[in-house]
Amino acid sequence: MTIAETQATTSETGSGPIFDADEERFARAQRIEAIAKWVVPVVVLSLAIWWWDRIVVWNEIPHYILPGPGLVVQTLFEDRVTLFQSLLVTLQITLLALTVAILGGVGLAVLFTQSRFAEMSFSPFAVILQVTPIVSIAPLIFIYIESRMVGLLLCAWIVAFFPILANTTLGLKSADHNLRDLMSIYKASRWQRLRYLQLPSALPYFLGGLRIAGGLALIGAVVAEYVAGTGGIGTGLAYRILEAGYRLNIPRMFAALLLIALTGVVIFSITSLISHLALRNWHESALKRE
Amino acid sequence: MTAHDRIVAPMGNRPAVLQMQSVDKTFNGGVVALRKMSLNVNEGDFISLLGPSGCGKSTALRLIAGLMRPSLGRINWEGGQGKDDLGVVFQEPTLMPWTTVARNVWLPFRLRGQSYSSVKDRIHEVLALVGLEKFADSYPRELSGGMKMRVSIARALVTNPRLILMDEPFAALDEITRQKLNDDLLSLKAKTGATVIFVTHSVFESVFLSDRIMVMAARPGRIIKEIKIDAPYPRGIDWRTSPEYAAVARETSDTLMSTLAPGEVH
Repeated sequence: MTIAETQATTSETGSGPIFDADEERFARAQRIEAIAKWVVPVVVLSLAIWWWDRIVVWNEIPHYILPGPGLVVQTLFEDRVTLFQSLLVTLQITLLALTVAILGGVGLAVLFTQSRFAEMSFSPFAVILQVTPIVSIAPLIFIYIESRMVGLLLCAWIVAFFPILANTTLGLKSADHNLRDLMSIYKASRWQRLRYLQLPSALPYFLGGLRIAGGLALIGAVVAEYVAGTGGIGTGLAYRILEAGYRLNIPRMFAALLLIALTGVVIFSITSLISHLALRNWHESALKRE
Repeated sequence: MTAHDRIVAPMGNRPAVLQMQSVDKTFNGGVVALRKMSLNVNEGDFISLLGPSGCGKSTALRLIAGLMRPSLGRINWEGGQGKDDLGVVFQEPTLMPWTTVARNVWLPFRLRGQSYSSVKDRIHEVLALVGLEKFADSYPRELSGGMKMRVSIARALVTNPRLILMDEPFAALDEITRQKLNDDLLSLKAKTGATVIFVTHSVFESVFLSDRIMVMAARPGRIIKEIKIDAPYPRGIDWRTSPEYAAVARETSDTLMSTLAPGEVH
C-alpha cells in the first residue's frame, strides 16, 4: 500500500489501518482456499491413479485383466494413429448431432411457444422419443436407414435434442410477466416479442440444456455405434472398444475409453465456457457475489 | 425541453385525454373487481387512485392500459389511441437484465423500428432528466432499487406519451428514497407537463403528489369520493409541512377509513 492510500484509509476509519492477527488469519484462509481450489482435485486424482497402479502391481494382476495406467498411456501412444482416426469419426458424429439438436430443439421450442396446436400435436412425439431407450430404437433405425452415418447421426440426435427442447420451451415461457405486459402496451409484434423478450429470457435455460445435450450427444454417438456393429464405416471409438474386446486387448479398450472420457470433459468445458461468456454480465448464475 | 417549466392550464379548462364511462370489470368466477367507475382524465392532470388492497385500483390501471377489456362500459381516448399514447411504470422496475440502462430506455423506440443511433440523443436527454446520465452503460443489476425505478420512469417518459400510468411504483422502496423520488417525480412532471395516473395505498404520497385523488373502496371496487387539491405546483417541503397538507391528509384518511366496514381488520 502506498503512503497516500494509507493516509486515505486512516482518515476514513479515523483510527489508522486495522491489521491485527484476526485479519491476517482471514487473509491466509482466503489464500489457502484460492490455491486449494486447483490443487485438491489434482492431488486426489493423482492419488487415485497411483492407487490403481499399486493395486495392479501389488496383486500382480495380468494386463489382459486390468492394465495399469502406465500401460494404458503407452497403448494410447502406440495406437495413436488408429485411435485418433476413430476419435475424429466419433467427434464428427457427436458435433453434427449436437448442431442438429440445437437447431431442431430451439426451432421446435419456438414453434411450441408460438402455436398451442403445434405443441399439442408434436410434444407427445418428443416425449416418446425421449423416454424410449435409444438402444432399443437404434436397431430399427439401422434397418430402415441405408447410410450408417445418417443412422448414427439420427441416434445421437434423438438423445441430445430433448434437453434443449424442454429447457428452451421452459425458458421461452418464463419471460417476466410485467415485461410481457409492457410488450403488449407498446403493441409489439409476435416477432419483436420473440426477438427482444422471449429469446433473451430463454438464453440461460437453453445454455443449461446445451451442457446436458453436449454429453448426451457423445453418449448417443457411442451407443449407436455399438448397435450398428462392425459394418459400414464402423471405425469410431466405440467400434475400437468392441474390436479390442473381441481380441482381449484390454489396454486398448482402456485407451479408447480414456479418449471418450476426455472428449466428454472437453465438450462439457466448452459448453460451460460458452454459457459463462454469454451470461457473465447479467445472469444470477454467472455473477460473483461478495 | 424549454428552460422554463411548462405551464399547465388550471383545472377545469384542460383538454380531455381519456374518459372511463361507468366501467365494470367482473372476473371469471363472478368476483366484481370494479363497479361503475367513471373517470375523466385531462391533459396535465396528476390523478391518484387511492384505496386499500382489493379496491380495484390496479385493475383500473390495467383496463386503461388495454391489458384487459371492461366487462361493461367504455374507455375512450380523445381522438383515438395512438401507438405512443401510453407510458407505464410498474411496481417492479421491470427492466431487461440482459442489456444496459440506455438500451432498456430504447425499448419503446426499438419496437417502433427506430435504430439506437437515431434516438440516442433523446435517450440521453431523458436519462439526464432522471439523473442517471452517468449510468447509461451500466447493467440494471449494478443499480440500487431507486435507480432502477428511475430507469423505468425514463423509459415511460422517453416517447413523450399523452398519459403515464404508474402502479404503486415506489411501494417497494424505503421511505427516504421514496420521498426523494416523489420530489423528483413532481419536478419531472413540471418539466414535461405529463399527465399521470398514479396508483398508491399511501395517503401522504397521494396528497403530496396529486391534484385529484380518487378514493376507492373494496368489495366491490369503486370510487367513493374525489378530492381536489388546489395547492400550486411546484410542491416541495413547504407543501409537505403546511397545515393545508395536514388538513387534506386528514380528510382523505377519514374518507378512506369510512370505506372499511366496522370491525373489519386490515
